[in-house]
Amino acid sequence: MPALFLARFAAILIAASTAAAFAADSALPKVADTIAERVRACTVCHGKEGRATSDGYYPRIAGKPAGYLYNQLANFRDGRRRNATMTYLVTNLPDAYLREIAAYFAAQHPPYPPPQAASTTPEMLERGRQLATHGDAAKNIPACTACHGSALTGVAPAIPGLLGLPRDYLISQFGAWQISARQAAAPDCMAEITRRLSADDVSTVIAYLAAQPVPANAAPAASAAGKLPLDCGSATPQRSAR
Amino acid sequence: MKRAMIFILIASLILVFGVVLLPPADDPDEVKRSVPVTNVEAQIALGKYLALAGNCAGCHTARGGAPYAGGRAIETPFGSVYSSNLTSDLKTGLGSWAPENFWRALHNGKSKDGSLLYPAFPYPNYTRVTRADADALFAYLRTLAPVSQANREHALKFPYNNRLLLAGWRALYFKPGVYKPDAGRDTEWNRGAYLVQGLGHCNACHTGRDALGGTNIKSDLAGGMIPMLNWYAPSLTSDAEAGLGNWETQHIVDLLKTGVSARGAVFGPMSEVVYMSLQHLAASDVAAMAGYLKSLPQTAAAADSVPPVAKQEAGRVMALGAKLYDKHCVDCHGATGAGMPPAYPPLAANRALTMRSAVNPIRMVLNGGFAPGTAGNPRPYGMPPFRPLLNDDEVAAVVSYIRNSWGNRAGLVSPIEVDRYRSAPLD
Repeated sequence: MPALFLARFAAILIAASTAAAFAADSALPKVADTIAERVRACTVCHGKEGRATSDGYYPRIAGKPAGYLYNQLANFRDGRRRNATMTYLVTNLPDAYLREIAAYFAAQHPPYPPPQAASTTPEMLERGRQLATHGDAAKNIPACTACHGSALTGVAPAIPGLLGLPRDYLISQFGAWQISARQAAAPDCMAEITRRLSADDVSTVIAYLAAQPVPANAAPAASAAGKLPLDCGSATPQRSAR
Repeated sequence: MKRAMIFILIASLILVFGVVLLPPADDPDEVKRSVPVTNVEAQIALGKYLALAGNCAGCHTARGGAPYAGGRAIETPFGSVYSSNLTSDLKTGLGSWAPENFWRALHNGKSKDGSLLYPAFPYPNYTRVTRADADALFAYLRTLAPVSQANREHALKFPYNNRLLLAGWRALYFKPGVYKPDAGRDTEWNRGAYLVQGLGHCNACHTGRDALGGTNIKSDLAGGMIPMLNWYAPSLTSDAEAGLGNWETQHIVDLLKTGVSARGAVFGPMSEVVYMSLQHLAASDVAAMAGYLKSLPQTAAAADSVPPVAKQEAGRVMALGAKLYDKHCVDCHGATGAGMPPAYPPLAANRALTMRSAVNPIRMVLNGGFAPGTAGNPRPYGMPPFRPLLNDDEVAAVVSYIRNSWGNRAGLVSPIEVDRYRSAPLD
């Protein structure tokens, strides 16, 4: 029975080599097979669990709606938002993985730090509050709360909260919208709104937003309170591309 | 400025000399006839596969734009070349082209109107492609929905904006000819050679370019800085770099098909090549490419030419590097540099770190990155960009440290080198 003998011999060889490979494998430290381990590339800048760092620029990504986070990853990949490092990181990643990364950070709810100390006058803060909560009908500027939720903590699935963000980050986003360096899927509602804002409007509303404490257990509202004041291509998660 | 003028003058002279004195680079194959196909569906499917093998979409798609509609800038030392619209649009794409026009472009670098194409379109490689494969590619491109997007005028500097000079360039660097199988080798080897030399256009990056942007056949696949991208494409024929002679074939196949392997991961421009092209190829084709690359004659490793550094300075750099490594790197790459492959590549005996040019490890530390998310590795682990955390001196120290630990040996890196690459474009 040479054939049977050979087959047995081969089986033993395979078993032996598998065992050897396994022994060599188990000697090495194992990588955690988790999404948290996989996204260590993100948390150096965006902080543990995406809570932001004390650096004062990189935005908190923890707890933002998953659709919003996915849209931003897709915007960096497709050139609608410009940050060379972000674009480099996400360019060769498949859509399903970007959605998984977005969902992971959306599900994190680490505590917020207290708001940055405001260096503005009470008058400016009051004007900022007016704009954020009532808008400016004369200039056709909707209130921030009309889209971003009555508590300004965002609306699922894709409208971000505006509280707990560094002042420098807010300033650079308004600047980027005004010069089209930050764009979103058409119709680009925030680009339209920032065009209606004066420099004064921008600085007062940022002063107000950056000075607000984040309410306990802040989370995006489940749905918008009413019809959005503008058509907004980014209010829903975008379709896949590439 | 004066040097630049002299350079341009010499370049022009060489090109004119090439036009006048050297025979025109044309080829009887230019009029080679199509072989009629009976199964059109199969031909289109083959064309789709070959378009992936050539990564046509990689250059012919602008970021966020319609696939194959062109408009991506290919940056060269001579200016920007904009890729063209390959969709079936009648006015702006290939809608009005015939298979003969496409064959001549691929095989002989001439557009439909007869004008010479800039070799940013790698026709010195694509000329190796057979007529049947070229026809299949064209048949596939004809099935792409028309996208009306006019081709953008190239933005090339004088004198390179004069297409007539390309005649000289072609005389110097371009030899048309379909791949001729080596009768002394088996089918698999020849298949690998056909893909590597032809559609794969590996040497477009992995061979150094001279002042006129030409590649030297004698240094084929011997490595070089990729112009404008500021990444070093390692030699595939040197054991000191990425020569594959002593790699197991399976590790090469893993690297090319999934982006990661037991010996290292792809990064920089090679990530796009794996993501857009190689992961989609049949395992047998990737294995054939690996086998061919493994068979290339290996040049001896360059003599150890690590420049001497004052002992005191080396001590300071290594001590700082060790401290930073313990803080930022050790969790993933380990105290012995063994890493946790394939998630986290080993650093010990990893040749990507110890090549003479330190540009790649410097840029990896600055920019981090994910391995490409392929079908074989759809959820890759990532490395953080340390650009915001570490200053130039610190990046130089940690790169010097990993280049000289666990048996690695290479030159120390200076903060000036780090500064040079801190702002290098990533796209």
